[in-house]
Amino acid sequence: MIKVLHSGFYSIIQDLGRKDFQHLGVPISGAMDIDAAKMANAILGNDSNFAVLEITMIGPKLEFNCDTAIALTGANLSPILNNTNINNNALINVSKGDILSFGKPIHGFRAYLAVSGGFQTDVILYSRSMYQGITIAASIKNADELSIQSNNHKTKTYAYVKIRTDYLHEKSILVFKGPEYELLNDEQTNNLFNNEFTISKDNNRMAYQLDELIANNLSDIITSLVLPGTVQLTPLGKLIVLMRDSQTTGGYPRILQLSETSINLLAQKKVGDKIRFVLMDYPS
Amino acid sequence: MELKFNDNLSHFILQYKPFGEHSILIEWPQIISKKTLQDVIFFKKRLENYYVKEKVYIKSAYSSILITYNYTINNFYNQISTLKGIYSEGFEVENIVSKLWKIPVCYDVEFGLDLEDISKKSNLHISKIIELHTKPNYLVYFIGFLPGFLYLGGLDKRIHFPRKNTPRLQVKKGSVAIGGSQTGVYPNESPGGWNIIGNTPLNFFNVNNQNPCFAKPGDKIQFVSISKSQYSEIHNQVKSNKYTIESEVIDD
Repeated sequence: MIKVLHSGFYSIIQDLGRKDFQHLGVPISGAMDIDAAKMANAILGNDSNFAVLEITMIGPKLEFNCDTAIALTGANLSPILNNTNINNNALINVSKGDILSFGKPIHGFRAYLAVSGGFQTDVILYSRSMYQGITIAASIKNADELSIQSNNHKTKTYAYVKIRTDYLHEKSILVFKGPEYELLNDEQTNNLFNNEFTISKDNNRMAYQLDELIANNLSDIITSLVLPGTVQLTPLGKLIVLMRDSQTTGGYPRILQLSETSINLLAQKKVGDKIRFVLMDYPS
Repeated sequence: MELKFNDNLSHFILQYKPFGEHSILIEWPQIISKKTLQDVIFFKKRLENYYVKEKVYIKSAYSSILITYNYTINNFYNQISTLKGIYSEGFEVENIVSKLWKIPVCYDVEFGLDLEDISKKSNLHISKIIELHTKPNYLVYFIGFLPGFLYLGGLDKRIHFPRKNTPRLQVKKGSVAIGGSQTGVYPNESPGGWNIIGNTPLNFFNVNNQNPCFAKPGDKIQFVSISKSQYSEIHNQVKSNKYTIESEVIDD
């Protein structure tokens, strides 16, 4: 069991999400940076779908009530075990009574904490991913007790896993054409691909809005289907990038679709960060 | 509406578009119609039958289907050819049984927060608004926006009413509302800009059920006006899992 002494800014249990109920309007959810969540599990030898703690910007303070092993990936939020700084992307043994806390965010926006055997919070509709209206809790709170499997494989070591952290500094977001891309005119596509865009303060697990506008003359579409990574263009010219908790349907033109790795990359961006769209061709 | 297999249904000209690395979007001509919906439902059923052994995710809207694979598609041309084949060859599917669901709604002004406003602005008596809202059998086009939110077609033109300029931050679970030419039920508490005319004690989305949402595309919904005391009675039955939603098989 892990006791939550402080929940941090916004910490939430996520696995790879809830894909089977999209046709009933249920968002997929899942870790915002799926690659980082998978990496945290891989370091511990967990299954890739095991539930991890997604930690946003300011980390929580957690007390371990049993021995286990942990791994942190994604953003570097200055993790500290008891009074010692620890590293991301490494297997770390913890003992009963140890306290994990965080300091200053260094780079990236979302860190992932995996524990050996995974977090054991409620499974709802085949997933532990927290989502308002589906799971009872929508995030972790002070004094929560998070169930984990106590383990004793302290000596077990794993093959070296290649860790990528350079993506935290990457600005280029790779995109494919969205269903309504062909409706854009030359000026609009020039603006899209020759300018940097700034992450707006309106960014969360549902969507990231961008500050710069694209003059828009496209009319809305008959409500159709969207995905995490879909870039919508609103009547006012605002670009909205849908993220993991996105609704399943929408009525704004879908002009771009992010590559899977670029969704993970964007999930590490915060308000004021700059990105640039790079258009890719679909394999034919 | 009992849909039967029919070769003649497969005559729409469809567009197939890559949509990200894992998905293909299939689009019908962009109109909202029952005929389009029937064809969407049929193609979806065929796809479900075709991919019975493979994990794919298929969702539909008014005039589109999105199929998402568990792997990266590295040859869209081949994948789209397969889909076109499934559509044109008309793989046989079993009859799809559609149901009419009777949804009890209390239209008391205690729930129907915007009834008086609509009544004033549309010059219709509240009882007339209720009459017009409970008359049609609304067609379920698809489920989206929120878990268990049904997109319904068939709202009487006389009670089309524009969305509120400022959405409410909290719309109560079960609220029955009108937004422009659409009507619907908020399955959970959420922000919302539609005009609220009543409330249903039923659950439109229940995570504890094998099938969390009772309705599916092609089904129909009829709203039935109930009193406040009936509302609390049904509310209690729903709470203790003793309420069965009244329904009948549609055959038209």
